[in-house]
Amino acid sequence: MQDNQARVVDPQTDVQQVKATVRQYIFENFLMGDAGVELADGQSFLDNHIIDSTGFIELVTFLETTYGIRMLDEEMIPENLDSLENIGRFIVTKTSG
Amino acid sequence: MLLQHWLEAHARQQPHHPMIVADGQRYSYEHIDDRATRLAATLQRHGVVRGDRVAIFLENCVEAVIGIFGALKAGAVFMPVNPQTKADKLTYLLNDSAAKALITHSALIDVATQAVAQAPELALVVRVESSDSRSDDLLAGKTQMPFAEASASEASLQPTPTIDQDLASIIYTSGSTGEPKGVMMTHHNMLSAATSVSTYLGLRADDIIINVLPIAFDYGLYQILMASWVGASVVLQRSLAFPVRVLETMVRERVTVLPGVPTVFSMMLNLSSLGSFDLSSLRLVTNTAAALSEVQIRQIREAFPQATLFSMYGLTECKRVSYLPPEQLDIRPMSVGRGMPNEEVWLEDEAGRRLPNGSTGELVVRGSNVMRGYWKKPVQTAERLRPGELPGEMWLHTGDIFRTDAEGYLYFVGRKDDIIKSRGEKVSPREVENVLYGMEGVLEAAVIGVHDDVLGHAVKAFLVLKTGYSYSEREVIRHCLGHLESFMAPKYVAFVDALPRTDTGKISKRGLS
Repeated sequence: MQDNQARVVDPQTDVQQVKATVRQYIFENFLMGDAGVELADGQSFLDNHIIDSTGFIELVTFLETTYGIRMLDEEMIPENLDSLENIGRFIVTKTSG
Repeated sequence: MLLQHWLEAHARQQPHHPMIVADGQRYSYEHIDDRATRLAATLQRHGVVRGDRVAIFLENCVEAVIGIFGALKAGAVFMPVNPQTKADKLTYLLNDSAAKALITHSALIDVATQAVAQAPELALVVRVESSDSRSDDLLAGKTQMPFAEASASEASLQPTPTIDQDLASIIYTSGSTGEPKGVMMTHHNMLSAATSVSTYLGLRADDIIINVLPIAFDYGLYQILMASWVGASVVLQRSLAFPVRVLETMVRERVTVLPGVPTVFSMMLNLSSLGSFDLSSLRLVTNTAAALSEVQIRQIREAFPQATLFSMYGLTECKRVSYLPPEQLDIRPMSVGRGMPNEEVWLEDEAGRRLPNGSTGELVVRGSNVMRGYWKKPVQTAERLRPGELPGEMWLHTGDIFRTDAEGYLYFVGRKDDIIKSRGEKVSPREVENVLYGMEGVLEAAVIGVHDDVLGHAVKAFLVLKTGYSYSEREVIRHCLGHLESFMAPKYVAFVDALPRTDTGKISKRGLS
């Protein structure tokens, strides 16, 4: 089922596009639908209580499905996952590598 | 003897020994004690007196530890609040406890501000600042102070006549009525529990304990208290969101003790790279809140072959009920053991008769570790605390159903009420249902626990919607995340046409799965 949804990102996909997709996912899944909730690109999900430990497991599943990647244990670190900026950079590097 | 005396003694005996390691910094016993004394003086100067409640709404951080001991030194009662708590519940907690002061973090200030605005008795807000803290003043009418300033007071601390019968903490726990209940623990209760647990675990001054459990969760809190008793060090982790980082920290700090709940071990054991971390210094692994499966027990022992594994059981109302001596693990792996030192436990039937070994019944606990009751809730207190045989003595009727084997070892069977355990934390179905009924268009809601490999139990909601309303599963979950701690939010939502009923017309959860 999930494989059908997977779309491998072409290497040209830029950070902005990934950030937009993940931002929408986070808004739909984690933040309250409140208007006025802001999510800055560099804002830590963990520090700001947007995503907790089990939420990150869901986020990883989403990224793997959406971008057709397999995340390694050592890649599941804040530098790759704990802000829109970090995810954008990580996904682009990973999918173009 | 008071709870802060252990810290004070170690600050004299081993002033430079690290008590807390957090965010790469080391904080000595002397430092923590000094900051706590200064914070206590600040609390007193702002009107906190003996017996007042001080809410600590923080992640695992050194300021939370200083806050706990600062409140105690001021003669106050500390009240740890899970940092995932949302504004309406925090408002309830502050008002129910009539907290006088709140210690929080700038990252939590939006939630705190909403709650504080509706908490008339709260006078002081102490705020841990982060580098990107906002400076706007949102707390009209309350005294606000940065934590750094509050814990640097030059004023002298006024001695308080606190004794060990006074309350040391109020820890809120979920109740079947849906309204959280504040478990009242005296200094004596907590000293007794911490001493017994540290004794059977054999904790030592050279131990380095990693704490991934929230300090707002009682076993997370007790890591601090037990370390202060033996003079050990605690490495604070804010979360298990990045398990690799936790393992790297364990390697770097040469951690010797890993306290967890089944979800913590599931997340670690799921890592294929677990074996590549040098955890040879680990000598104790302890599990509480819910029983490990036999598979998990085997995996933990394979992953940490040199460490001794303690399976334990407890509830906030008495801290600890039981532990399984490690040498029994091969004989009865699914047991959570027997009562700890200086405590008596047994099973009773519905008529209150003590049951012999080999029976199933409600677990009853007797000991100095048993709470003094639920804060301002005499009816709920009377359900749990009932007079014992000696005048004035109260026994704790836990509401937990256990069975014993022929030797009297305990095995968890279930709850008398419908409380769910998810990630080791209690979830009240009623509390979740109340939030679901807050969604427009929800006609009926029923919440149950379903088995989950990582969470133990996952929360599942069944909803009947009014005509014309439609929600996605995720919309319902998101609504709940806006009002509940994340461990209470449903993982699954099912939309049904009707809920099963009993003969008397009440919603019956037996048919739901």
